[in-house]
Amino acid sequence: MSTSYVRTLRPTTGWVSIELHELAEFRDLLVELARRDIKLRYRQTALGIMWVVLQPLIAAGVLNFAFGIVAGARPPGGSYFLFTFVGLLAWNLFSFTLSKTSYSLVGNSYLVSKVYFPRLILPLSGTLSTLLDFAVALAVYVVLLAFQGSSPPALALLLPVWIGLILCLALGAGFIAAALTVKYRDIQHILPIVVPFLLYASPVAYDVSQIPVRYQTAFYLVNPLAALIAGMRASLVPGGALPPLAFVSWSTAVALGLFVFGAAVFKRTERSFADVV
Amino acid sequence: MSSSGLAISVRGVGKQYTIRHDYTAPTTLAEAIVRCVRHPFARAEREQFWALKDVTFDVARGEVLGLIGTNGAGKSTLLKILSRITEMSEGEADLHGRVGSLLEVGTGFNQELTGRENVFLNGAILGMTRAEIRSQFDAIVAFAGVERFLDTPVKHYSSGMYVRLAFAVAAHLRSEILIVDEVLAVGDADFQRKCLGKMRDVATDGRTVLLVSHNMAAIGSLCSRAVLLRNGRVALAGDVGEAIEAYSTYEDSTLVGDLRDRHDRTGSGGVRATTISMTAGDGELTRSIRYGQPFDILIDYEAKAPFDHVLASVSINMLDGTRVATLSSGFRNESFSVAKGAGTLACRVPGLPLRPDTYALDVFMHGHHAFHDYVERAMTFDIAPRDVYGTGRMPQRNEGALIADYHWRTVEREVLSGR
Repeated sequence: MSTSYVRTLRPTTGWVSIELHELAEFRDLLVELARRDIKLRYRQTALGIMWVVLQPLIAAGVLNFAFGIVAGARPPGGSYFLFTFVGLLAWNLFSFTLSKTSYSLVGNSYLVSKVYFPRLILPLSGTLSTLLDFAVALAVYVVLLAFQGSSPPALALLLPVWIGLILCLALGAGFIAAALTVKYRDIQHILPIVVPFLLYASPVAYDVSQIPVRYQTAFYLVNPLAALIAGMRASLVPGGALPPLAFVSWSTAVALGLFVFGAAVFKRTERSFADVV
Repeated sequence: MSSSGLAISVRGVGKQYTIRHDYTAPTTLAEAIVRCVRHPFARAEREQFWALKDVTFDVARGEVLGLIGTNGAGKSTLLKILSRITEMSEGEADLHGRVGSLLEVGTGFNQELTGRENVFLNGAILGMTRAEIRSQFDAIVAFAGVERFLDTPVKHYSSGMYVRLAFAVAAHLRSEILIVDEVLAVGDADFQRKCLGKMRDVATDGRTVLLVSHNMAAIGSLCSRAVLLRNGRVALAGDVGEAIEAYSTYEDSTLVGDLRDRHDRTGSGGVRATTISMTAGDGELTRSIRYGQPFDILIDYEAKAPFDHVLASVSINMLDGTRVATLSSGFRNESFSVAKGAGTLACRVPGLPLRPDTYALDVFMHGHHAFHDYVERAMTFDIAPRDVYGTGRMPQRNEGALIADYHWRTVEREVLSGR
């Protein structure tokens, strides 16, 4: 039995470090919580894990109908279904991560007030289960592509970059929302309004090229998610062109900045979670 | 004591909370809007209080230390600080070794998951690695005795099985320091004995236990030393016998339950109970009522504003928490208009047919649409034995909570059916 391990507890003030070594110590909890999420989501459903496949397919179908047929906003060239499906792939990664993260503390308040672990574990475990959904949807994408007789373009090698950046953006915003939600439950009412709005404000079912040229710069600047979604789509849909590098750089800077700032806010308010939640 | 023999060292720890008293809090959206327009900058009254102050003590390695004190004395806050659930406001504490804390049985247990899945989830939540859980898995299941139901969702478990499995996981934590809050209060007598035995094993294993309990028998048999907390401060740290003695005499010596320093209460605080006391026939304050003797429960209150339709209610509980009666003014349509300031309400009880024992009172002050104040265990009192039947015999604990009035006789069946 080792007694060399001594921890001194004292009041902390101001900004604190993320303590990555401690996150690593609790990695099994991270996995167990993600496992719980996944198991519970499809327990007592007749179709079970099939929903992971069906949900994005149905959602893509709905967007196809609304944008492509009703609104006639279909972008030129290629398969529009594949176009929206890949757009949704990126969008779901963002929106699921954002909403799960923002709810992670309040939704697990019974854990937060009864047991210690690095609180960052909660949003990160949600992200892990979202990534699993993403992986399944990605497999569906490969099948869709195979049906068309094509295979993923070479740009697909950039996919991990887009995933990383979208996650940074979603987690950064989610961390701040989660920390705020502990005190102000209003956030839970605001997000369901903001997120769908953001869906229409992002190039999921349409292409940025369909926006009048003079607005495109403003569009990319105001919505840093736009270049990331467009980038992921360009990497997955054959014949796609990457968005301008300047806007990708802007989105990258915002995503990384928001991630670091959000994590810092989260860690800073972490110490009072159990007292307020 | 050499410093290498220390497991826990707590030095000058304090914890400050801010409580908001929003006794005029709006209850409807319309009210909220009206208030917002009229007093846009109104803020709820705030009060700072120290739940813990200057707490200093050491725990040696391999020691089982009892932490005792009345409700609101700060025991749970201290456990939460040492478990790192919440942060202290001042002072510092050294923990020599991994800490496992058990503030509740079955934290994170999920009803939909099977017993097996819950063991892994709960173990991870308590800080075990997957490998550790796997190596202990058979021991956990055997200790809980749920082998046959491992793959059944725990929502189908009996409450006994559920508690056994939950405790079993925690009991197999391999941390050097174990922090335990009142978990011995659950489960049946057999299982409690098993838990006590397990705790003893933990200690003889050279690991350190910090144990909170209201069960003085358990504290006395498990601990050699104890810390008595009173109003957030260490009143006594030393021999367990002395601490229990001090705890019991302090409890008994006060005839008036002073509620002003009770911060573990809920409600808006509009009308707050400040003291609770009892007087029997002769008007003298007492904490001991004879069976069937008339008495008054007196509640002194303080109102922050005038209120109409104030209802008062006192619940009588056995010490294990079982509620035996609620004396609500609402049941009798007795409500009061109170002026701003202090006042007293009295509840006349012509006699309680309860078995001699110690009982606790909860106090509840509310209105039709307002929830002013709720204090659990505001005071305890005894029903003193009396030879009710004139035979020197009384029902025992397992024979019920009430002393009923009755007579036995022989009858002819025709006489009864003929009526």
